[in-house]
Amino acid sequence: MAEMRYREALNQALAEELERDPNVYLMGQDISVFGGAFKVTEGLMDRFGEKRIRDTPISENTIVGLGVGSAMTGLRPVIELMTINFSLLALDQIINHAAHVRYMFGGQVSVPLVVRMPQGAGHQLGPTHSHSFEALYLHVPGLLVAVPSTATDAKGLLKTAIRDDNPVIFIEHETLYGQRGEVPDDPDFTVPFGLAAIRRAGSDVTIIGISRMAQTAERAAEQLAADHGIEAEVIDPRTLRPLDLDTILESVAKTNRCVIVEEGWPHGGVGANLAALIQEQGFDDLDAPVGRVTGVDAPMPYAKSLEQISFPHEEQVIEATLALFGDRKRASRG
Amino acid sequence: MADRPLPPPETAVEWLESMTLIRRFEERAGEQYTRAKVGGFLHLAIGEEATIVGAVAALRPTDYMIATYRSHGQALARGSEPGRVMAELFGRVDGLCRGRGGSMHMFDLERRFMGGFGIVGGNLPLAAGFGLTSDYLGSDDATLCQFGDGASNQGTFGETLNLAALWSLPVVFMVTNNQFGMGTSLERHSAQTNLQTKGEGFGVPGMQCDGMDVIDTWAVTSEAMRIAREERQPVLVEALNYRFRGHSIADPEDYRSEDEVLEWSKRDPLVTFGDRLVAEGILNDEQREAIDLQAIETVDAAVAFADASPEPEPSSLYDDVYVLSDQVRGWYSADHRGAGVQKGEDLS
Repeated sequence: MAEMRYREALNQALAEELERDPNVYLMGQDISVFGGAFKVTEGLMDRFGEKRIRDTPISENTIVGLGVGSAMTGLRPVIELMTINFSLLALDQIINHAAHVRYMFGGQVSVPLVVRMPQGAGHQLGPTHSHSFEALYLHVPGLLVAVPSTATDAKGLLKTAIRDDNPVIFIEHETLYGQRGEVPDDPDFTVPFGLAAIRRAGSDVTIIGISRMAQTAERAAEQLAADHGIEAEVIDPRTLRPLDLDTILESVAKTNRCVIVEEGWPHGGVGANLAALIQEQGFDDLDAPVGRVTGVDAPMPYAKSLEQISFPHEEQVIEATLALFGDRKRASRG
Repeated sequence: MADRPLPPPETAVEWLESMTLIRRFEERAGEQYTRAKVGGFLHLAIGEEATIVGAVAALRPTDYMIATYRSHGQALARGSEPGRVMAELFGRVDGLCRGRGGSMHMFDLERRFMGGFGIVGGNLPLAAGFGLTSDYLGSDDATLCQFGDGASNQGTFGETLNLAALWSLPVVFMVTNNQFGMGTSLERHSAQTNLQTKGEGFGVPGMQCDGMDVIDTWAVTSEAMRIAREERQPVLVEALNYRFRGHSIADPEDYRSEDEVLEWSKRDPLVTFGDRLVAEGILNDEQREAIDLQAIETVDAAVAFADASPEPEPSSLYDDVYVLSDQVRGWYSADHRGAGVQKGEDLS
C-alpha cells in the first residue's frame, strides 16, 4: 500500500496497463506533452513514447470514433476527454458506434474502449462546464459506467475498465483529483465491476451516494449518528452498469429506508432509476418512500452563492434522511 | 475520361459479373420491399455498381472497407454470401448481422467489410481508427472509406481528414458524388462543388474518377491505395456517379428531371462495360446473357434462402448487447417487463 492522490492512482493504473498490454494506448487533448489538463497522464509520454501517448486535435467526436475503429480492429484505446462537458460533442460516436456496433453487427466485433473524463460542479464554471452526466450514459445499453469516488477505486476500476471488452464510460470527479488514499501498489490489484462498496455499516437507513456524493453521504452519515442517533449504511455502487442491486436490496431489507444522493439533475436521474428498481424489487421492505437528493433542476449558475446551493451538501442529505423518519427523529435534531 | 485499356479477360468478366449481381440483387431487394419482406429504409445502389466494384477491386483481402447505409453492393462485392445479405434485409437469423442491423448496417468481419453505417459522416472517424490500427501494428493494410457528397459537409469530414493527414494514416476517403445529398443537389448543399479539392486544406490531396466506369474507378482507387499504403498519405478520391433510383425506396424524386435521369442512364455502367467486352471480343452475346441469367439465379437462391431462414428467437434479444463476463456479479441490463433475472444478470 502507498498513500497517493486520486490522480496519481489513475496515473499508476494507466502505467501498469500500458506496461501489461502493448495494444493499450492513450489519446486525448493535451495528454502527452502537457501531461493532461488535470495532470493524470503526467510522465507517461516520457516512459511510453508518442506512439502510445497521443495528443489529439480538439475534435471530440472524431477522437472517440477513431478510438472505436481501432478497438474494433484489435487495439485497446483509453481516451481522455478533457471534461465530461465536451463529451456532448461525441455523443454520436459514443452511442451509435461505441455502444451499438457489437449489437447491430450481430456480435462480430467488440469495442474494448475506455472514455475517461472528469465531471462535477464547484469551480464556478457556469452552465456549460459543470455537468454531471452519469445518468445520461447509464441510459444507454451497450455502455458500462464507472464512477470511482476514492483513490483506491480510481486505480482498481480503471484497470478493470481497460481489461474489459465492453466500452466503458469512466467518470472521474474534478474535485477528487487531489484527494489522498491508501492504494495497493500490486500490479494485479483490480476492483471488479458490479460490486458495490459499503462505506459505512448501519441499520437505520441506507444512503446511496453516486460519484463524489458517496463522500458527501458518508460525512452526512457521521452527523446523523452524532446529532440524531441514526445509524446510516452508506453504499457506493462504484459502477452503475453493471449494477450491484443485490447489495442495495439487502441493505434496504435491513434498514427499510433509503436515500439516494447524486450531483446530477432529478428528472431521469440515477436516483430516479434506482428508486424505481428498489420499489419494484423491494417494495415490501420499505417503511417510507425512497428519498432523493439531487442537483437542482436548473442549469448551473456562475455566482458562488447560487452554485453552492445547486448541488447537494451534507445538510440536504441529512434533511432528506430525517424526512423518512417523520417527526420523532426530526424533533431531536440539534 | 479517356478509355483505359481493359484488364485481363478473366478480371473483366469478374467485374461484369459482380456489377450484374449487385444490379439484380438491388432490383430484387426493391421488389421484396414492396412485398413487405424487407422493412425499415432501403437505399439501393442501382447506377453506382461501377463505383462499388471498381473500388473494391483495388483492395487486398486484408484491407479494410467501410461504407454507408447504401452498402448491400459493397458486401456482395467483398464476397459476402448473397443469401446472408438478403436474409439480413429480411431480418432473419441467418442474416450477416443476425437480423440486428438491417439494410443500413451490413457487416462482414471475415471479409473485412467493416460495415454500413446509418449516420451520414459517422463512418469517417472509424475508418481513421482502422488506419491507426494498421499503422500501430506495423501492417501494410490500408482502409477504403466510402461516403456520399452530403457527408462532405459534416464536421467529421474535416476532423477526420485533418487527423488522418496529421498522423499519416493509410486511408483512402472516397466521396461518392452521386449529385445529391438525399434530395438536395450538390450545388445547393456544398459551396465547393469540385469535391476532390475539399481535403486540400487539411493536407489530403484529391483525385477524381469516373464512377460510372469500373476501369477508371479501379485504376484511380488503386493508385490512391498505393499512395496511402506506401507513402502513408491519406487521399481523397471523388467518384462521379449517379443513382438511377431515388435516395431510398420512399423517394418520389421530385427534385430532378426525367431528362436528367435519362441522360445519365445512357452511361449505365453495366451496359457500357458489357458492350465494350462484347466489342473487344471478350464475350459474345450469349455469354453476356449467361452472366445475367446466373446473377438472376443467384438472387433467386438468395431470396429462397432468406425466406427459409427463421426469425430470430425472442430469447436472443439481449445477445451481444455486452460481452458478458462471469467475473461480474452485477446487473448489466434492467428489463422493465418483469422482475425476473435476465441473461447477464446476477451471475454471483
